[in-house]
Amino acid sequence: MSDKNPEKDTKTVKSEKKMRDIMTAYYIDAKTARQNNKKVAWITSGGPVEPLIAMDIIPVYPENHGAMIGASKMGIDLCEKAEAMGYSSDLCSYARADISCATVNGGPIGGLPAPDMLVCCNNICGTVMKWYEVQARYFQVPLFIYDTPFLHTEYSPEIKRYAKRQMEEYISFLEGVTGRKMGRDRMMEVGRISYAGSQLWQEVLDTAVSKPSPMTAFDAFFHLALIVTLRGTQQSVDYYRGLLAEMQERAKAGIGAIPGEKYRLLWDNLPIWYRMKWLAEKFAEHDACLVADTYTSAWCGSMQYIDVHDFIGSAAEAYTRSYLNLGVEKMARIVLGMIDKYDIDGIVMHSNRSCKPYSFGQFDIQKIVERERGIPSLLIEADMVDERSFSESQVETRIDAFIEMIRENKVAGR
Amino acid sequence: MLTIGIDIGSVTAKGVLMSDGALLAAKSCFTGYNAEQAARSVYEGLLEGNHLTKTQVKGIVATGYGRNSVPFADKAVTEIMCHAVGANHLKPDVRAVIDIGGQDSKAILLGERGKVLNFIMNDKCAAGTGRFLEVMARALEVDLDAFGSMSEKADYAAPISSLCAVFAESEVVSLIAKGEKRENIIAGIHAAIGSRVAAMAGRLFVGGAASLMMTGGVARNVGVVQALEKALRHSVDVSPHAQIMGAIGAARLAQAA
Ligand code: SF4
Repeated sequence: MSDKNPEKDTKTVKSEKKMRDIMTAYYIDAKTARQNNKKVAWITSGGPVEPLIAMDIIPVYPENHGAMIGASKMGIDLCEKAEAMGYSSDLCSYARADISCATVNGGPIGGLPAPDMLVCCNNICGTVMKWYEVQARYFQVPLFIYDTPFLHTEYSPEIKRYAKRQMEEYISFLEGVTGRKMGRDRMMEVGRISYAGSQLWQEVLDTAVSKPSPMTAFDAFFHLALIVTLRGTQQSVDYYRGLLAEMQERAKAGIGAIPGEKYRLLWDNLPIWYRMKWLAEKFAEHDACLVADTYTSAWCGSMQYIDVHDFIGSAAEAYTRSYLNLGVEKMARIVLGMIDKYDIDGIVMHSNRSCKPYSFGQFDIQKIVERERGIPSLLIEADMVDERSFSESQVETRIDAFIEMIRENKVAGR
Repeated sequence: MLTIGIDIGSVTAKGVLMSDGALLAAKSCFTGYNAEQAARSVYEGLLEGNHLTKTQVKGIVATGYGRNSVPFADKAVTEIMCHAVGANHLKPDVRAVIDIGGQDSKAILLGERGKVLNFIMNDKCAAGTGRFLEVMARALEVDLDAFGSMSEKADYAAPISSLCAVFAESEVVSLIAKGEKRENIIAGIHAAIGSRVAAMAGRLFVGGAASLMMTGGVARNVGVVQALEKALRHSVDVSPHAQIMGAIGAARLAQAA
């Protein structure tokens, strides 16, 4: 990514190219689904995708598409279009970009293939429900809302029963739309593969405990695409196996993503898709490595609740326990765990204008982390897709000052 | 050892010349659209005014939003650190700094020797910045420099509840229409800024700091200082050098650069 880091370009290029090929093939598949008599379901990023795969329905992720729109710097145009349609500029920019993109088939890949059904799981936010209702009306297709109660404190027996029952309802919904029965054996198999994929993804992220870290969060943002879009397929398992080997090799050889890594930072919230390169270079210039983040680990964070022998039964719990569906206390525990695991010197929090559930508790998490670990955190105000909420010189000053402060602390402390 | 600190802010460019920590001279000008040009004019002004040649000055540090546009500086340091170092230099027991500048405001917690322990910034919104005051001065047709003394003549602070500069401006306009005294409106504007900045600074617990200093150009406005004291329930020190604090810190840091 960064031209200041030629070492990295040669080392991860193998996986990076493979990733681009897989994603291209995936979108071609999805766009030609109709010709091949396949059905397409749009699904939220944290939704239970495995039953779709088991039923040969192609899952398509408007959020992944939103990230692509952001990364190709097409966000402002599409957000403005949505605003002209009457949507508030306070609405999540993924939702705005998707809603307007559907009407013009714009964006970097000429729009997503039209859905045959929509699957919305509210384990990430409440916005997705209204967003998917809008799209269900627009495309005139059936919508299934998988409702995961917010876990303020605990996973109660009532929640457990409720979440599990919905998994069954979800499957009957899919059977109704496709007119086919779901093969339970095939489902078990997909569940097993999905679990294996998540496990590998966690292992990839874990390689960042090495000093220096073989990868940065910016790498993770890139390699994340498959665990989101192709979770439950053999392809994703193979890909992450390859990536893991590559990262382990780098770790063993002592090759850091940031040559001369001095500071290890944790990123919180979604990436700022249109400024990835700039941010990566900015941190690299300070010898700071964002070794981990709370975002990409969301796709493996609740893996421990999965029972591969009863995927359907246990997945309901794992999906309900997703990071954004937890109370602030629990989120802070997870952040503290990551600080210890990756030996973090400071936290960079993206206060994301779009994503309220992610940004809302940040002040509290900041306070908890400071109290319990004495680690400083920086707040950057921006938006993941809408560039109008980003100011380069202001963000730059904050990052520079933050690193100056950490540097002083390190000098004083050692 | 002679050093120069240059602080290129969004509105004004400030430069100071120091000799081993003693302030010898200061110079400022509008930043305008060319930050590098402003930096040069401050720099050359300092040299000429003090009959110095470039080689006599042993270190130059640039700070402020334009810190990276000063090619002749030895180093660029953020204004966060420079305000901390500057405040510590003038008053070593300062443990918190509140800086209200032209387009942002910030609170800094300090340790010993001016070490930055934590900081917080507001820069997404004009409320709580110098820009807010400028907008209000225009709406009231009052010279901004008169704000401080006028607010001291207020009977009470007219309530201004909006945090948004645009909304607050229309509140001011309707207060004028109602015949509210200018002095009272100005006191209300100061109270609004004071509570806004205090709310931000409160996140850093600056209220617990033993000694608190306000820096930046807005510190010259005694009305804002008093409003801030009231909102923070804490006394606030203001140095006569408040506006050049960042440049002083930069010149101090230039000794080590
Ligand atoms: S609000 Fe946040 S969680 Fe919800 S769709 Fe937008 S980015 Fe995702």
